[in-house]
Amino acid sequence: MRSANLTKSVRTAHKPDMGKRRVTAGTMAILGSALAAGCITVDAPNEPIVIELNINITQEVIYRLAGDVRENIDENPEIF
Amino acid sequence: MARNVTRTFGQALLGGLLAISLALPSPAMAQRDPAYQEARKAGQVGEKMDGYLGVVGSQPASIQALVADLNIKRRANYAERAQGQRATLQEYAFAQGCILISRTEPGEKYQAPDGSWQTRGAGAPQRDPRCP
Repeated sequence: MRSANLTKSVRTAHKPDMGKRRVTAGTMAILGSALAAGCITVDAPNEPIVIELNINITQEVIYRLAGDVRENIDENPEIF
Repeated sequence: MARNVTRTFGQALLGGLLAISLALPSPAMAQRDPAYQEARKAGQVGEKMDGYLGVVGSQPASIQALVADLNIKRRANYAERAQGQRATLQEYAFAQGCILISRTEPGEKYQAPDGSWQTRGAGAPQRDPRCP
């Protein structure tokens, strides 16, 4: 015998994803507080940061180039 | 006859030398852009160890633009000459910086090995120990 359905079947009152939402909300709350508490403040230095990039240049090379760089000044005085 | 030839040759040589000296560009000072020369004198710009110009402290945009423009030209020049010398751009630029710092005039700014700006005095500037 078929049971009579007077109305369309309704969804259950129980919401199965309720627990999941609570977890999500909890995570957000923790994350938010962590962000607020864990802020890192960076102070920009007043002096420019000098990065030593010349450490691999040998004295030998500088001496070899010394003559040419002197000529360069005489040949292109406008840029020096 | 021989003396005559010698004299003529001497005169020609002298004339030639005079012509060359007139044709050659005058010293670096005269060739600089007046605004650049002024900025150097005022200590607004300085010679850095790496072979480029630096802006000393905070300066107007016109000074910053002047430095940027000259540094672009310097970089192109270094790249070309470095290739001819079979050196890297950085090596050439650094070697150039050594000489440029040693040629600063008293009152002009330069970068000391510790990275600080120094005013050139009457004596030798503080340079990298590798500088010739």
